[in-house]
Amino acid sequence: MLGKLDWSAIPLDQPIPLVAGGVVLVAIFGVLTWVVVKGHLPYLWREWITSVDHKRIGVMYILLASVMLLRGGSDAIMMRIQQAVAYQSPGYLPPEHYNQIFSAHGTIMIFFVAMPFVIGLMNLIVPLQLGVRDVAFPTLNSVGFWLTATGALLVNISLVVGEFARTGWLAFPPLSELSYSPGVGVDYYAWSLQISGIGTLVAGINLVTTVLKLRTKGMNYLRMPMFCWTTLASNLLIVAAFPILTATLAMLLLDRYLGFHFFTNEAGGNVMMFMNLIWAWGHPEVYILVLPAFGIFSEVVSTFSGKALFGYRSMVLATMAICVVSFMVWLHHFFTMGAGPNVNAIFGIASMIIAIPTGVKIYNWLFTMYGGRIRFATPMLWSIGFMVTFIIGGLTGVLLAVPPADFILHNSMFLVAHFHNVIIGGVLFGVFAGFEYWFPKAFGFRLDERWGKAAFWFTFIGFFITFMPLYIVGLLGMTRRMQHYDVAAWRPWMMVAVIGVAVLTIGVICQIVQIVVSVRNREALRDRTGDPWDGRSLEWSTSSPPPVFNFAFNPDVRGEDAYWDMKARAKQQMLDADGPQYRDIEMPRNSPTGFVCAFFATIMGFALIWHIWWMVILGGLGAWATFVVFAWRDHDEYVIPAAEVAAIDRLNLQQRRGLVSTAGEA
Amino acid sequence: MNLLDPQGPVAAGNSTILIDSVFIMLVIVVPTIIAILGFAFWFRASNPRARYRPDFVYSGRVEMVVWSIPALTVILLGGVAWIGSHQLDPAAPVPGTGSPVRIQAVSLDWKWLFIYPDQRIATVNTLTVPVGAELNFHLTSSSVMNTFFIPQLGSMIYTMNGMVTRLNLRADNEGKLQGLSAHFSGDGFPDMMFDVNVVSPLAFPEWVTATAKTDAVLNADSYKKLMQQGIEKGRPVYRLEDPRLFELIATQQIPPGPGPELVSGAGRPHGGGHHAR
Repeated sequence: MLGKLDWSAIPLDQPIPLVAGGVVLVAIFGVLTWVVVKGHLPYLWREWITSVDHKRIGVMYILLASVMLLRGGSDAIMMRIQQAVAYQSPGYLPPEHYNQIFSAHGTIMIFFVAMPFVIGLMNLIVPLQLGVRDVAFPTLNSVGFWLTATGALLVNISLVVGEFARTGWLAFPPLSELSYSPGVGVDYYAWSLQISGIGTLVAGINLVTTVLKLRTKGMNYLRMPMFCWTTLASNLLIVAAFPILTATLAMLLLDRYLGFHFFTNEAGGNVMMFMNLIWAWGHPEVYILVLPAFGIFSEVVSTFSGKALFGYRSMVLATMAICVVSFMVWLHHFFTMGAGPNVNAIFGIASMIIAIPTGVKIYNWLFTMYGGRIRFATPMLWSIGFMVTFIIGGLTGVLLAVPPADFILHNSMFLVAHFHNVIIGGVLFGVFAGFEYWFPKAFGFRLDERWGKAAFWFTFIGFFITFMPLYIVGLLGMTRRMQHYDVAAWRPWMMVAVIGVAVLTIGVICQIVQIVVSVRNREALRDRTGDPWDGRSLEWSTSSPPPVFNFAFNPDVRGEDAYWDMKARAKQQMLDADGPQYRDIEMPRNSPTGFVCAFFATIMGFALIWHIWWMVILGGLGAWATFVVFAWRDHDEYVIPAAEVAAIDRLNLQQRRGLVSTAGEA
Repeated sequence: MNLLDPQGPVAAGNSTILIDSVFIMLVIVVPTIIAILGFAFWFRASNPRARYRPDFVYSGRVEMVVWSIPALTVILLGGVAWIGSHQLDPAAPVPGTGSPVRIQAVSLDWKWLFIYPDQRIATVNTLTVPVGAELNFHLTSSSVMNTFFIPQLGSMIYTMNGMVTRLNLRADNEGKLQGLSAHFSGDGFPDMMFDVNVVSPLAFPEWVTATAKTDAVLNADSYKKLMQQGIEKGRPVYRLEDPRLFELIATQQIPPGPGPELVSGAGRPHGGGHHAR
C-alpha cells in the first residue's frame, strides 16, 4: 500500500535532523495557523498563490530562495564545525549524516537558492526594463515557480522522512547506483531536480520569449539595459542546458528503477558518460547563475556612478561570447580522468578563453566608475566588493584550467575555495546587490542603509576569513568531503574557517534585522517618486510598487538608458497636467493552475521516491487534468477600465513631479 | 602533504606550473584591484577635485587595451597549459635510475590494494617504493570511482571499475609520505589515507623478500573478502598467488564489489558506514 515507506523512515535514532525537522514543522504550522486565524488566507490565495503577475512571482521566487538560503547556510555551519572538531576524532556527525549534509548543501544552494534568486530578480525586473506589462506566458510562469517550490519541498521532506543523497551534489555513479546507494536518498535528489528542472526550463523559455518578442516601442536590442542582455544569455543557456540535466537524471533513474545499465559497472554501463553529460549541463549552469549577476552589477555600477555603462556594445559582445564558449569547456571538470594531453590542453585553453570577456567586463565596470560621481549606497558596496573578490576567484579559476596544476588541485579544498569564491563573490553578492537595489521598486520603501552596510561588511570579511584558509589547506593536500582527518597541519586552518562562518552568520543576521527594521520604519523610508536611486532604465519610470499593469502607456524608447534620456529631456512620460487619453488595459487573469499542478507533482514525486504506485498514478492524472482544465478555459484576461488606470497613473505622476534628478545637468 | 614541497619530478613540475601561473596572473590582477579601489575612492561623490565626466562612455583605445590585456595573458598561459599538458601527462614516462617498478593499484571500499606483480606480493593501505626508480602505476577500482593521489609525488588519476588508467611517478627522496583518495566514494572515504614509504634501492629488495615470507595469500577468494565494504586499520601484506589477479579485476572476470549489506524497509542502509573509531 505504501511502497517502501514505513515507520523506520523517520530517523528516531538521530536527534539532529529530528529536532531540526520538528522546529521547521512547528514554524510552518505556526505561520499557517496565524494566516488562517487572522483571515489572510483569501488574500494570500487571491493576490499571491494564484497570481500570474510577474512581479508577485518574482517576489515569491526570492522568498523561496531566502528561506532555502537559511537551510543551506545551516548545513554549511554544521559542516564547518564538523571539520573543525573531527581532527583525530569522529566529530559529532557520523559519516552517513555528514555525507547527506554536504550533498544537501550543494544541491540546495545551487538549485533552490542561487537559481530561484536570479530567476526571481529577472522575473521581477526584466518586463519593467523592457517597458511591457507582463512576461510572454504568465500562467506558465506561475507553473514554473510552483514546480521549483515542489522540488525544494521534497528535498526538505527528506530531512525527516527517509534520507537525502549521500553522494555529493552531482550524484556520480556508480556510487549513486542502486547497488551502492540502495536507500531513497538518491531518489529524493533525482526526483526533486527532475520536477524543479521542468520549472526552470519553462521559466527559461518564458524569459527568452519575453526578451525576444515583448519589447516596448523603440526598445531595440542595442537599447536594452545590460540586465536584459544577461537575462537573455542566461536563459538561452537554461533552454539549451537543462534538457541535458533532465535526460541524464532520467537515465540514472531508469538504472535505479527499471534495471537499465546506462551508468552501472555491469552490462556495458559507462560512468564516464555520466561525467560528461552532467558537466555538459553543469558548466553552463555556473554561467546561468553568474551572467544575471553581471547584469545586476552593470545596472548598479552605472546608476551609482551617475554614468551610462562604459563600452555598452563591448559588454553585449562579452556577454554573448561567454554564453557561447561556456558550452565548450565542460571537460575541465575531469582532467584527471586520463583523457590524454591534447584533449586536456584544448579544454584547458578553451576554459581560459572565457576569462577574456569576463576580464573585459571587469575593466568596463572600472571605466564606468572613472569620471563618475560615485555614491556608496549598499548596492554599490556589494558591487565593489564583488569586483575585488571575483578577480581573486577568477585567478584561481584560470589556475585550475591549467591541466598540470589541476592534476594536484582537482577535488581539493582549493577547488572548494575557488567555486565558493566565484559563487559567493559573484552570484550571491550580485543577488544581494540586486535585492537592495530593487527592493524599493517591489515594495515601495527603501531598506535601512546602516544595517545593509553592516551586512555587507560582515559578509565580505567573513567570506575571506572562511575561504582563504580553505585555499591554504587545499595547497596542503586536503581533499573535499572529509568527514574526519588525522593531518595536524590542516587543523589550525579549519579552526580559522569556522570563525569565518561565525562572521558570515552575523552578516546573514544583519540582513534579517535590516528587513525587520525597514518594515517597521517603512513610512520614513517610503519611496514616493518611484525613482529612489536616480535610475536610468524604465523600471524607475513607474511607481513603486508598480501598478499591476506596470505602465499606463507603453513607454517610447529613443536610446540607451531610456528613462535617463526621458528625464534629461524633461519629457517624462506625459508629465503635462492636461492628461493623456487613458485606455482600458487587458491583463491576464489569476490562475491556480501552477499551484494545483505543483500540488499533484509533489504527491507524484513523493510517491515515486517511495514506490507507491497508485499514488504516482493519482498525482500524474491530477497534474495532467489541471492542464486540461487550463487549456479549456474560456476567459483568460480581465479589463482594467480606463478610469481606474487614469486614477492610478495620475497619482503616480503627481508624486513624481517632486523628483530631483541630475539627468538634466549633463 | 604540502603541494609546494614536492618530493619527485612530477610534483615539482606541477607545483612550478602552479606558481608560475599565479605570478603571471598577479601581474594584471594586483594593478586591477588597486585601480578598482583607487577609482572608487577618487571618484566618490563627495570629492570636489574629481572631474565628473558623464559622457566618457566609450573610448576605442581603452576598449582595445581592455580586450588585449586578458587576451595576451591567456595566450601566454595557454602556451604554459599546452606544453605542461604534454610534458606532465599522467601516462608520460618519468625516467629514473634502475629498473622501473610496476605497481597495480586497486581502490576498494574503503582501502587501497597495491599489487606488485613482478615481486609477487601485495599490500593494503601502504605503498613501499625505491627512491629514484620510475614507478609505473596501472589503476582500477573494485566498485565505485576513486582518485589515486600522493600529493607530494604529483598528478592524481581516477580509478574506475572495468577500466585501467595509467600514471607514472618517481620519488626523489627517502622518507614517509601520505596518499589519499581524492574522489568521494562513500561512508569510509576519509579512511582511504595510505602510507608511502620511499626506501633506498638496497632496502627495497630486502623489504620485498621480508614481505614475501608472509603466510597470507592473495587470490580471487581472499580478494573477494577484502573488497567487502569496511575500513582497514591495519597494514596487511600478502603473497600474490596469481600475477594475473589485476587483469581479472580490471576485466570484471571478478565481478565488481558489493555495496552495503543491510537495507531497512525504509531504504536507509545500516552497517558498512558505522565506524570502529
